[in-house]
Amino acid sequence: MNLQLKPLSWILSALILGSASYATAESAEDKGLAIAQKTKQSDLGWRDMQAQMTMVLRNSQGQESIREIRLKSLEQETDGDKSLSIFDKPLDVKGTAFLSFSHPVGADDQWLYLPALKRVKRIASRNKSGPFMGSEFAYEDLTSFEIEKYTYKFLRNEPCGVEQCSVIEQYPIDKYSGYTRRISWIDQSEYRLHKIEFYDRKGAPLKTLTYDGYKQYLGKHWRPDLMKMVNHQTKKNTDLIWSDYRFKEGLNDADFNKNSLKRAR
Amino acid sequence: MSLLRSYNYQHGIKLTSMGLILAFTSQANANVEFEASGKVTAELRLFPESPQFSDQYQDVNTSVAVEPDFFWQWNDGLDSLTFKPFLRLDQHDNERTHADIRELSWIHQGDDWELRTGIQKVFWGVTEFQHLVDVINQSDSVEDIDGEDKLGQSMINLSLVKDWGIVDLYVLPGFREQTFPGKKGRLRSGMVVDTEQARYEASNNELHTDLAVRWSHSVGDFDVGAHWFRGTNRDPVLEMGTKNGEAILVPYYEQMNQFGFDLQATIESWLWKAETIWRDSKSDTYWAAQAGFEYTFYGVQESNADLGVLLEYGWDQRGKDASAVFQNDISIGARLALNDTSSTELLAGVIYDVDYDSSSFQVEASRRLGDKWKISVDGRFFSTDDNADLLSWMDKDDHIQIGLERYF
Repeated sequence: MNLQLKPLSWILSALILGSASYATAESAEDKGLAIAQKTKQSDLGWRDMQAQMTMVLRNSQGQESIREIRLKSLEQETDGDKSLSIFDKPLDVKGTAFLSFSHPVGADDQWLYLPALKRVKRIASRNKSGPFMGSEFAYEDLTSFEIEKYTYKFLRNEPCGVEQCSVIEQYPIDKYSGYTRRISWIDQSEYRLHKIEFYDRKGAPLKTLTYDGYKQYLGKHWRPDLMKMVNHQTKKNTDLIWSDYRFKEGLNDADFNKNSLKRAR
Repeated sequence: MSLLRSYNYQHGIKLTSMGLILAFTSQANANVEFEASGKVTAELRLFPESPQFSDQYQDVNTSVAVEPDFFWQWNDGLDSLTFKPFLRLDQHDNERTHADIRELSWIHQGDDWELRTGIQKVFWGVTEFQHLVDVINQSDSVEDIDGEDKLGQSMINLSLVKDWGIVDLYVLPGFREQTFPGKKGRLRSGMVVDTEQARYEASNNELHTDLAVRWSHSVGDFDVGAHWFRGTNRDPVLEMGTKNGEAILVPYYEQMNQFGFDLQATIESWLWKAETIWRDSKSDTYWAAQAGFEYTFYGVQESNADLGVLLEYGWDQRGKDASAVFQNDISIGARLALNDTSSTELLAGVIYDVDYDSSSFQVEASRRLGDKWKISVDGRFFSTDDNADLLSWMDKDDHIQIGLERYF
């Protein structure tokens, strides 16, 4: 990874972190931001990734419903990531594909491919808080983490399993977010997310997301095998099972345009 | 009358994977992946009113359609072959009982280009109620009256990806005639269209090779497209004729030149859309346009449901002379998506013809049943008084349609 190509914010974050040990009166906000930056920075350089997602949706009676999606994403040096999702299940949406260019600030660019009509349709990205395919994951829970999307506040350090975690409060910048705040647990050894608690627009506890089965890829990039989202208000839950992670297979911009969207299946 | 259907991505779709992988042993790298999928649809149409024209069937019609999808890919996915035949059996209408090859095409992918050869479907455009710029494929009009079902078109399509957009070059050998309901069918013109007597301006008739070019690009919030098409007009001029002493309509296919432009601006919850064409043929030279917006209320009433409202206006320079339905028409629609596990959706739309003071109303509801089934209930209602209005043909054709789809 060539640090010179990185935006200034990464260099600044390095400076902030470097000076952190000397700062005597670092504010909780600065400390929260610094940990978020360190989290993002620790995972930089994955370039491209492909993975298989299986979602198991359960309602309050325990009835299950399955979603299967293949995901390709491309890291961008100076912008949010590009991603292409291809839907395999349920069968009536098989072949539908979704292309997204995310941006740290402002609306993402999103296109949907409808295979029955062979139509590529630009869609509004304003819908952050809606459920993703009827699951307990909202769209905003599945988009790439960008520093600029939140403001931060460090709360405390506490044990999380065998690890020691920093507990950070995050406040979404986007006025369309479905949350007033998120509280996340990030371990201090590898900057992995262990848990996120979500609070709804009224400030009431809404959902809890827990991460399990972390594995390290290419000696650097930690990815979970399982993300469990529990909705405390509806008593529904969704398991997101990840498999077949692949990194650095040489994907490029040509794999993330309207032609590749039409081709995806 | 292509009601909002395109947005509703659960609605169209098809296929399934049997995930069968064939490994060719002759060459180590030549792995061919094969996937078979498809859907079967059973359809029931109920007409409460007696038909307007003699020979049309009464009350009830049942129909079944089968659409398998076979897919092969090799060369690390750089080459693929798709075969998608289609068959419909209709209880009453012999013309609606028909088969087609929707797709039989080989796609080869290069670095910044793609070559697509064979029979295919291509969609152009942005608006919902009418697809003016979408001229490559012929309408399979016996399928539905919304103009969204298309016949496969043979083509060679070279697609070039540039920094300044995507350029598609088309050579289109051979022409597909529009399908029309038969004598016994509902939802048809007063006089039956006899496709066997079809006439052409081109001396080589349906063997004329058409050409088309399209440029499309996304810049910030804007998606733009422009095209030129030269060849056989997909929309026939219907001329009076006779068959066994009976008055009928004969389709006459002219040659045409068409330039068109389409634009969508996607700004927060707004989608602003416009399509316009300039078409030049022997019988007419004219402009036409369809433009409007779509606005979505997300999470209405603190629920997970989204409500979209649409308004579009269609205009045709030929006015009341136009054989077009959207010569001076206002279309209003609403789409409610519950975003639940069953993907329950409700669509409703009204198209109001300002010139004729006539209107058509359509409502569609659909949801998934389990993992492999889907049910839909549609209603279409027509209100028209003026016999000069094309819609007057469907005055007695209000109907309810129930569809059950099984995916494989």
